[in-house]
Amino acid sequence: MPMQDNGEIARVENLSKTYVMGVVTVQALRGISLSISSGEYIAVMGPSGCGKSTLLNILGCLDRPSGGQYFLGGEDVSRLDDDHLSEIRSTRLGFVFQSYNLIQQLSVVENIEVPLYYQGVDEEESRRRAVEFATRVGLESRLDHRPFELSGGQQQRVAIARALVNDPLIILADEPTGNLDSASGKEILRLLNELHDSGKTVIMVTHSEEISERAGRIVRLLDGEVEHDLVR
Amino acid sequence: MTSSGKSQSMRALKKAFGLSRMKLTIKLGMKSLWLHRLRSLLTVLGIVFGVCSVIAMLAIGEGASYEAQEQIRRLGSNNVIIRSVKPPEEKTSTSQRTWLLEYGITYKDLERIRATLPLVEILVPARIMRKDVWNGGRRIDCDIYGTVPWYPEVNNHHVARGRFFTEMEMNDGTNVAVLDAGIETALFPIDPAIGGTVRAGSQYYRVIGVMEPKSARITSNGVDSGTTAPAKSGNGPSGAPYRMYVPLNAARKQFGETLVNQQSGSFEATRVELHEATVKVARLADVIDAARVIGDLLAANHRKVDYEVVVPLELLRQAERTKRIFNIVLGAIAAISLLVGGIGIMNIMLASVTERTREIGIRRALGAKRRDIIVQFLIETVLLAGVGGVIGVTLGIAIPIVITWFAGMKTIVTLWSPLIAFSISAMVGVIFGIYPALRAANMDPVEALRHE
Repeated sequence: MPMQDNGEIARVENLSKTYVMGVVTVQALRGISLSISSGEYIAVMGPSGCGKSTLLNILGCLDRPSGGQYFLGGEDVSRLDDDHLSEIRSTRLGFVFQSYNLIQQLSVVENIEVPLYYQGVDEEESRRRAVEFATRVGLESRLDHRPFELSGGQQQRVAIARALVNDPLIILADEPTGNLDSASGKEILRLLNELHDSGKTVIMVTHSEEISERAGRIVRLLDGEVEHDLVR
Repeated sequence: MTSSGKSQSMRALKKAFGLSRMKLTIKLGMKSLWLHRLRSLLTVLGIVFGVCSVIAMLAIGEGASYEAQEQIRRLGSNNVIIRSVKPPEEKTSTSQRTWLLEYGITYKDLERIRATLPLVEILVPARIMRKDVWNGGRRIDCDIYGTVPWYPEVNNHHVARGRFFTEMEMNDGTNVAVLDAGIETALFPIDPAIGGTVRAGSQYYRVIGVMEPKSARITSNGVDSGTTAPAKSGNGPSGAPYRMYVPLNAARKQFGETLVNQQSGSFEATRVELHEATVKVARLADVIDAARVIGDLLAANHRKVDYEVVVPLELLRQAERTKRIFNIVLGAIAAISLLVGGIGIMNIMLASVTERTREIGIRRALGAKRRDIIVQFLIETVLLAGVGGVIGVTLGIAIPIVITWFAGMKTIVTLWSPLIAFSISAMVGVIFGIYPALRAANMDPVEALRHE
């Protein structure tokens, strides 16, 4: 994958998503177009129900759009089948969730290894990389702890290490500080800033104006449409 | 281009490490089963009991039918045995009661059989008298068999030590005797039996041989097990726990044709020419036909049913048929219990899938394909069923051993029964694991992640 600074790595065109809930049809996204360049730090904002999560799910290849196109690394992924989407998730995307979403029965290092496992990386290599990223988020002394033995901030750091371990094109963060106290939240944001500084592309959904301050670009959604796209 | 190259090399990687991945998946499966130890154990019990009971029951059945068949086989599958049976007493008036009861197979019957059936090879008549046999002060209750020299060969019952009597001794009616294994220890606890002398009635017999042990008697109704249990009460010839063999002519000479028995104060005399005769048929295929002809012959010449025809071959076939039916019944029980066990496993796996919806969502988000999720859950079910199978096989092999140890019953664990039971339990794992695994794999990742 050729990686040029400020080159376009993802683009959505006229993206729409419609849910049918019983007899009611909900239009979650109505024609969203965005171009995302490598190394950008984007905050997606908007009130509840504006389509932030839907957009993030589609950008994360967890969901398919009802209309429009999504190019990721030059490839139209909006019509791919489940297996290909899984492969894209495991090789090109990293997720950080609000509720950490660690697997409870696995240790810290095993949790970080999960994406590598589905890529088929061999055991030693995957262990080496997992330890490397655990060290990078400052959890080298907690490798064999289970998630419930860690604080929220520590759990979220494990999640970030897990999101980084497969060297993704884009890191998608869904309210990563939503469940954290302000001190841990700041720590996580500092970590995300560091990632951005080291050249990673980060897309973060958030409610908080304060958090979005740090982002280089703020996309505001309202009723499934882009209300505002501000590059600073 | 580069991306497809990358995914290609990824595929090669996957292939190369497929085995180690499988190992990891199995480890993961064991881990999550271990996490719910009690639940896993309870789930597995259905399979354990199913497998174990099948193997144990098969082993017991196999042991029992083996013993039965062995006993029948010892009678000789080429033989047809005819026996005299005391006819049921007619409830006539007491004044008409005859003091001399005549019944049973006669020498004439044997001649008729020989004349009618040229394919009959050897006839072994036997006359059985129940007498007390003495050695000095020691006494035992004994059936004295007056028979012919080729008795051991035809009846598959051979001399262990010494020899059987010869044709000359038979014709002369010499007073020689061959003892059953049991008598030897009863009458000759210290001295060697062979060369010794025993007394029956007023006659003394020189002991010339000892037979090898023979465990049971066969009647037309089946197998009487054990030598020590007196089979019938009364004056029937076959009740005594021990047997002694003497030349037929000696028996005829000394005991005559009439036997007198004392029964509850009154005397009863019976005249029986022959108590038993063994007919050896040359070809196995003719045995059944020969038995039918013999039966017809006897029926034509006897007014009462004072005889029975025992065909070991027929009994053997009957035993085999019984065993087959037994196996079918067992198979049905096995199928049902494994089905129940499988449903139990499926039930728990469905619960487990629901409980772990979030985990499934996480794994899907991190790149797990549907296939990966299916494999993960399927391996857990197969592990459950497999572990259940192993425990069941172990118990199933242990139980017959314990039964043999404590109850003295013969049991045979055939090689195939644990193999089949185990592979069926593994199959149950796969079959009943498929649905929960598919359900897990078909969850929408977004929905699964949102699941609390």
